[in-house]
Amino acid sequence: MAAILRFRKLCFLEPVKSFEKPKNDEKKSFEQHPEIERVLEKPKSKKTKKQPKEWRCLDSCCWLIGYLCTSWWLLLFLCNFLPGLRVPEAPGVRLKRDGLTALHPVVLVPGIVTGGLELWEGRPCSEGLFRKRLWGGSFTEIFKRPLCWLEHLSLDNETGLDPPGIRVRAVPGLVAADYFAPGYFVWAVLIENLAKIGYEQKNMYMAAYDWRLSFQNTEIRDQALSRLKSKIELMYVTNGYKKVVVVPHSMGVIYFLHFLKWVEAPPPVGGGGGPDWCAKHIKAIMNIGPAFLGVPKTVANILSAEGRDVAFVRAMAPGLLDSETFGFQTLQHIMRVCRTWDSVVSLLPRGGETIWGDLNRSPEVENICYTSKARYLQSSSKESNGNDTDARRSFHVKELPRYGRIVSFGKEKSELPSSQLSIIDSKEFVREGGASRNSNTSCGEILSEYDEMSRKSIKKVAENDAYTARTALDLLRFVAPKMMKRAEAHFSHGIADDLDDPKYAHYKYWSNPLETKLPDAPDMEIYCSYGVGIPTERSYVYKLSSSDKCKSIPLQIDSSAYGSDNGCLKGGVHFVDGDESVPVVSAGFMCAKGWRGKTRFNPSGISTYVREYQHKAPASILEGRGTESGAHVDIMGNVALIEDVLRVAAGATVAVEPLRLVRMFTSEPLSKHSGPVTAV
Amino acid sequence: MSLLRRRKVPENEIQSDVEPTVDAEEDYKKSKKRIKEGKKQKWSCIDSCCWFVGCICCVWWILLFLYNAMPASFPQYVTEAITGPLPDPPGVKLRKEGLKAKHPVVFIPGIVTCGLELWEGHQCAEGLFRKRLWGGTFGEVYKRPLCWVDHMTLDNETGMDPPGIRVRPVSGLVAADYFAPGYFVWAVLIANLARIGYEEKSMYMAAYDWRLSFQNTEVRDQTLSRIKSNIELMVATSGKKAVIVPHSMGVVYFLHFMKWVEAPAPMGGGGGPDWCAKHIKAVMNIGGPLLGVPKSIAGLFSAEARDIAVARALAPGVLDTDLFHFQTLEHLMKMSRTWDATMSMIPRGGETIWGDLDWSPEEGYSPCKSKSRDDAAQISGHHENQTPESKAKYYRYGRMISFGKDAAEAHPSDLKRIDFRDAVKGSSIGNNTCDVWNEYQEMGVSGAKAVEEYKVYTAGEIVDLLYFVAPKMMARGSAHFSYGIADDLDDPKYSHYKYWSNPLETKLPNAPDMEIYSMYGVGIETERAYVYKRTPTAGCNIPFQIDCSADEEDEDSCLKAGVYTADGDETVPALSAGFMCAKGWRGKTRFNPSGVKTYIREYYHAPPANLLEGRGTQSGAHVDIMGNFALIEDIMRVAAGGTSEDLGGDRVYSDIFKWSEKINLRL
Repeated sequence: MAAILRFRKLCFLEPVKSFEKPKNDEKKSFEQHPEIERVLEKPKSKKTKKQPKEWRCLDSCCWLIGYLCTSWWLLLFLCNFLPGLRVPEAPGVRLKRDGLTALHPVVLVPGIVTGGLELWEGRPCSEGLFRKRLWGGSFTEIFKRPLCWLEHLSLDNETGLDPPGIRVRAVPGLVAADYFAPGYFVWAVLIENLAKIGYEQKNMYMAAYDWRLSFQNTEIRDQALSRLKSKIELMYVTNGYKKVVVVPHSMGVIYFLHFLKWVEAPPPVGGGGGPDWCAKHIKAIMNIGPAFLGVPKTVANILSAEGRDVAFVRAMAPGLLDSETFGFQTLQHIMRVCRTWDSVVSLLPRGGETIWGDLNRSPEVENICYTSKARYLQSSSKESNGNDTDARRSFHVKELPRYGRIVSFGKEKSELPSSQLSIIDSKEFVREGGASRNSNTSCGEILSEYDEMSRKSIKKVAENDAYTARTALDLLRFVAPKMMKRAEAHFSHGIADDLDDPKYAHYKYWSNPLETKLPDAPDMEIYCSYGVGIPTERSYVYKLSSSDKCKSIPLQIDSSAYGSDNGCLKGGVHFVDGDESVPVVSAGFMCAKGWRGKTRFNPSGISTYVREYQHKAPASILEGRGTESGAHVDIMGNVALIEDVLRVAAGATVAVEPLRLVRMFTSEPLSKHSGPVTAV
Repeated sequence: MSLLRRRKVPENEIQSDVEPTVDAEEDYKKSKKRIKEGKKQKWSCIDSCCWFVGCICCVWWILLFLYNAMPASFPQYVTEAITGPLPDPPGVKLRKEGLKAKHPVVFIPGIVTCGLELWEGHQCAEGLFRKRLWGGTFGEVYKRPLCWVDHMTLDNETGMDPPGIRVRPVSGLVAADYFAPGYFVWAVLIANLARIGYEEKSMYMAAYDWRLSFQNTEVRDQTLSRIKSNIELMVATSGKKAVIVPHSMGVVYFLHFMKWVEAPAPMGGGGGPDWCAKHIKAVMNIGGPLLGVPKSIAGLFSAEARDIAVARALAPGVLDTDLFHFQTLEHLMKMSRTWDATMSMIPRGGETIWGDLDWSPEEGYSPCKSKSRDDAAQISGHHENQTPESKAKYYRYGRMISFGKDAAEAHPSDLKRIDFRDAVKGSSIGNNTCDVWNEYQEMGVSGAKAVEEYKVYTAGEIVDLLYFVAPKMMARGSAHFSYGIADDLDDPKYSHYKYWSNPLETKLPNAPDMEIYSMYGVGIETERAYVYKRTPTAGCNIPFQIDCSADEEDEDSCLKAGVYTADGDETVPALSAGFMCAKGWRGKTRFNPSGVKTYIREYYHAPPANLLEGRGTQSGAHVDIMGNFALIEDIMRVAAGGTSEDLGGDRVYSDIFKWSEKINLRL
């Protein structure tokens, strides 16, 4: 498209220039005689009807298009020649002036959905797409051949690996995730700033991996972990034996946690790097928007493909995917594809009720339900801490939202005291497979596992009024048995009682911070950097969908459920503080408490730091996605965050203030409630 | 196409522009009257222009829409309708045979084909961060030519980055799959390998900054370490040795790598003496200038070689015009002279290989008969009946540069040569007036004259000549490259890295199981020697240029526009590409002590039958050979585990063995 535009510009810019004058003249003359202009226009329009030969409809169309195009090009042309808008100085330039230069090699680990995927082998319908991006880039194939596109992106339902005859692979290199779509940066800003202080390909590496696979499968299929290990070792050696700084984002955080365990585990399952590999090669891990303990959004996503915006699928969904692109049943199609992606399961809430709260309590009890604007006003007073707490009290809402109930059926159920809830032991769910809800003949192809469930068993699901983080897993096991069975061979969501139990050597525990020990690397530093100040999905109010139509999803978020005035409940979703995708508990808990000091999860006492970035929406459209954003992806353009990364990469440790908390952090309630975790 | 359109549109519009403007002015004067009279309003000029633009846009959009709606297989369908069914691409064919990906494959691109991108630049390069300066659309060449030249130039003293500029190779397969949009380099090979199961994890493009000298790529970017680590990783994860596929200068680069990787640590890679034996199954050189390329001389001497790959392909159209107001070639020369890598292509082996005043290995060969040759049955044995007639003409290829056609043909005893080496260089002329600096300014007129009076230069003397005309460049280059033949390979001096890329001054690694293939195209006239003249004008210009008027009357002549051509692949003469595998390394020689097996695979050039075929599937040209089905099939068979027997050993069309016989090199 850009090429066409450029071509067109080439062709037409010059003629356009030559018209500038006459046009202006004309305008002037019109300006001098405004009354003429008015009169002139009338006869014209009349003539259109009178003399069809001269002003045919086609001609006027052409005229209009030509007029629009011409003025568009003119504007474009002028735009190119205008001096660039005053851009605030990039942090890289400033820090370079301060004398910072590239020191430690940097490894970037992208998160879910932001990495590009390209086609290496496909079915006949994908002809001509060899090594073209299916995911990322301009997504043109969605429109051209949507079903073909979906077919190629889904994985095998049994193995979680490639379906036969299809090979879709991660794009390698920095291009994999610098821009997600044209103009929508992910890592590009950070890369550019790193380059300003001297980074380039030889000391910067993007650990692109296929984010649809479970973590261990990326090693089995693509040797992605071996590759990462080899790259880190290479950079360590070629850059004068300087340890690397790792910057993972979103799901990349737990992917890298998995890597840390994998690399020190003995082969064949592990990388065989020996017990001091991490201590030798890694200086710091700067987690951005870490999803350590999972993301509640995932529950809704698996349950009904509805989580408001699981990153970008959802961002696209309201506009594109909900429309009738596939004729009908867009959501079902998406759900079917998403359920073949094992990695989605890695984002389910971990730690069960201990972390996420049970029917009665949740760690965020003191959370204020604010509209983001109110929060925005308040943030300015954060320096005066005393006032701040007072202010917060006044913002307190009477009803305590019970966030612990991650899924509840009906608004009342989400608010009732637990004694009045009818709770069925989730283990009692029985699949009544035989009596399929829809007779197969009438519905044809089975799209999701819901079609195999009987209406009765779904009703039974809804009879259990509320699900906590733990029972929600049971619920998912019930509604999506195949997926959970496949994925739970790769992921675990519990809390370890005894970390020395030999069973924890299995790779399925490696990506769960609550079931692994950090490596023995006392000099390493772990940063948890994330945005705050944006309402983030935390729990859902569900209802049974009314339609009993073929192939419909039987559960859906009750979007009519709203809380009182500025409550946290909006459209069936309870909100808490976070970065729009990951709630603060998930992102910050491990660094704030789980790993702080010497704990059983962190036996060698790796120092951890929490760095929060208060969200500030861009002031104007010109600013794009803002330089002070705290949103999950937009934070990658946050100047303060970039500066932190740059300082650490350039060798600073103490220069970074150890704790950057925008407000009193949730650790206080956490210490009150998360009993077992504190027993270190 | 775009040019055409561009020209067309303004013309039309201007025409329609001129008359109505007058009309329009009158219109405005009379407009009041008219409206009162209620007369018909004519279209104003703006209206008709808008209408015109609108029309064009609509047509364009409709065409675009139709193009997008066209099924992807449509062009193929048309081609098949016209030319009959196409053969299966080798990937499909071999997949049917049951071949599967086995050995990891490493690609090593040659000079100029690999993309370069900007990481840090001056003010003028704003907004080009991580955009390609080399490769891709070359848009910046047009937009800001001087800025572009500035950034592509290396430091004249060190041969490294100039301060404040970092231009780095693009990494990954994208570095050299397409050189420019639609102009494939490795893409066809990659696509075919993918058919039998290759993907990113089992293919690696060893992109390097082709402007630097080989050892400097390690010093600056650690490229050699990176290649070593990647090969080790792929060998470890797949459990199979790697197949290396270098192209063009990549062949020499990989030779350097093989010595580097086994050399001890500070200077080398410290892989130990059996690294190559452990990690490499086969090296499949494509069009490798192992003994240099005569073309590079002309490039260095006068920036004029007919088509030094693509820079020259651009030149006739773009660079020769007054893009830089003037002195395009001088700018180009100044830029390319800072690229150390070009010096790796200067012919090696001197008179022993390339011939002297009255002798050359290819003498008696008449390349210009190539048209009459039929590619089917021409195996070297049949060639003898042609020799009598071609003996009539006696081409002295050994005289690589001669001043004047007479000097090129004169009998050695008739040549009167005055040694140039001690000639006094004249004082510089008008240093102030020249805004482009190259070393010719320091040489002055008398220097240029001295060069001319030596008349004829052989391959060995050319190195001296370059030392004379470009002392700074050669001083830099001679620290990294060497062009001689070793007398005693065990001499400890040969452990210096400057000898590593010269096959005549190094031993192959101790890897008896390894195989080396020399694969190159033949049947295209390839530059081999030049007739020069001195340009009359003094000043800032380059004082020498190829004498384009030197033509042979004979139609079959090898001398055309001042250039003698021999058999080869358009860039590399067959002699340079084939000699080492045909003789220098064949069997156990002193250059190949462990007896690494060598094979020659020649591909006879057949131009594409029609435009629809693009660059052809049987081409033998230096870059287009990468789309040659036979070559791709050979590479795939080896990558899938085959050996030389599967390919059928040597495959020869040219007289390479005969020529090699004539070369008197102690083995």
